[in-house]
Amino acid sequence: MLKFTQEHEWVRIEGDVATVGITQHAQERLGDLVFVELPEVGKSFAKGALSAVVESVKAASEVYAPIGGEVIAANPAIVADPSLVNSDPMGAGWFFKLKVADPLEVDALMDEADYKALLG
Amino acid sequence: MMAQPAPAAPAAPAAPALKHTPLHALHLEMGARMAPFAGYDMPIQYALGVLKEHLHTRVAAGLFDVSHMGQIVLRPRSGKVADAAQALERVVPVDVLGLRPARQRYAFFTNGSGGIIDDLMIGQCGDHLALIVNASRNAIDERHLRDALSDVCTVEVLEDRALLALQGPAAEAVLARLSLSSAAMRFMDIRSVLIAGASCLVSRSGYTGEDGFEISVPARDVEKLARTLLQDAAVTLIGLGARDSLRTEAGLCLYGSDINESTTPVEAALEWAIQKVRRRGGARAGNFPGADVVLEQIERGAPRCRVGLKPRQRTPVRAGVLLYADACASQSVGVVTSGTFGPSAAGPVAMGYVPRALSAPNTLLFADVRGNRLPVEVMELPFVAHRYKRT
Repeated sequence: MLKFTQEHEWVRIEGDVATVGITQHAQERLGDLVFVELPEVGKSFAKGALSAVVESVKAASEVYAPIGGEVIAANPAIVADPSLVNSDPMGAGWFFKLKVADPLEVDALMDEADYKALLG
Repeated sequence: MMAQPAPAAPAAPAAPALKHTPLHALHLEMGARMAPFAGYDMPIQYALGVLKEHLHTRVAAGLFDVSHMGQIVLRPRSGKVADAAQALERVVPVDVLGLRPARQRYAFFTNGSGGIIDDLMIGQCGDHLALIVNASRNAIDERHLRDALSDVCTVEVLEDRALLALQGPAAEAVLARLSLSSAAMRFMDIRSVLIAGASCLVSRSGYTGEDGFEISVPARDVEKLARTLLQDAAVTLIGLGARDSLRTEAGLCLYGSDINESTTPVEAALEWAIQKVRRRGGARAGNFPGADVVLEQIERGAPRCRVGLKPRQRTPVRAGVLLYADACASQSVGVVTSGTFGPSAAGPVAMGYVPRALSAPNTLLFADVRGNRLPVEVMELPFVAHRYKRT
């Protein structure tokens, strides 16, 4: 199941694990990324908490947790090579995996059709 | 996410209309992402993006529309340019009288406490002086010049001229195809040249640290000239985003960020631009606003100074970040005034103000980024060596 947020994140749900990344639209708006900061494994977030930072040459942008949960994995590949987020935002450019705390928060996310409508 | 580079919101109805440069339509045609800058709707980047535009400028040639900058002509009422030069020395601490014809020099207007009202370029054009000032300070500078020099000079702000910068190692070869005399110029030369039929004032200068040219051209001719230059495969348009990362790597000040009315030239590490003749013991020492403060600081040092800052880690350290003497100090000792990721430096680069006692190269400081104290080292500027065509 693939879900989206108004803040241009995607969330892939597999069982009780949510993989989080940013969308094609987001990476285009941000431009070439030069730095990514990810949360430590074991850390827990509430929905909407600051969870990661991405930076282009021009500016830093914050990534907020789309749902609450405990971080069970972070993607070291995008820290070593932030350009992966630009080249493959929905695949190799994933950010982190959360153990879903509250399935109701998943249900409240947008589905793909709604997200496409948001982009217009 | 995307708190900062969010898609541009519609302008608030009360906001004054943004001005356009004569190349506005070309920017839109070339896919520019536009944003307000100093009252103008300016291209921040084109389709290539800031990172690749930056790197392109360092290996080939970048074309920048800097038509928002102010162009001011000082014409001596006496007809003698030395009179205009001497009058201009009332408001800048540099040697204008000694500037030879067809040469240009960096300068700044100072206020009564030695702060910087604006930084500018002064060109000696035979019978007049040609000034280039910052867009955000143009009106202030014009008033300042009229108040201080009107007895000796007429002050004319040129409204019908555009300004292009062609920067990078390929700039000379590109311009040589259109103007051999331009290509023969050396760093800080300035002269009138006909390029592609347009009457231009060309200087061999720029603000990227690279060799290159600034071309003042009549507004009606600029689009044709820009399109002609862009026909060269080495040339691509570069936005203000890359202009900022290029000048930061080159250790050059941005007015309003690194220098302002409360920073003196000595604090800003710009005393190299104050020639001996205007310092204590010089033939025309002082006699500019704030001379007491500035000349005293040249001899005794300023309490704080602008330095290069090299973060040890990959995290960019940006403007506004506070600096600390150690990892747990509660009182900050300085502040970052420019900071970015330097594509050519292949890592973060920054500049900021620190107390003189902490300004020696290799001094270790800590930058507070999102609550983490990150080690940064004071480093001599620039981060990327200048490649001006001096000889």
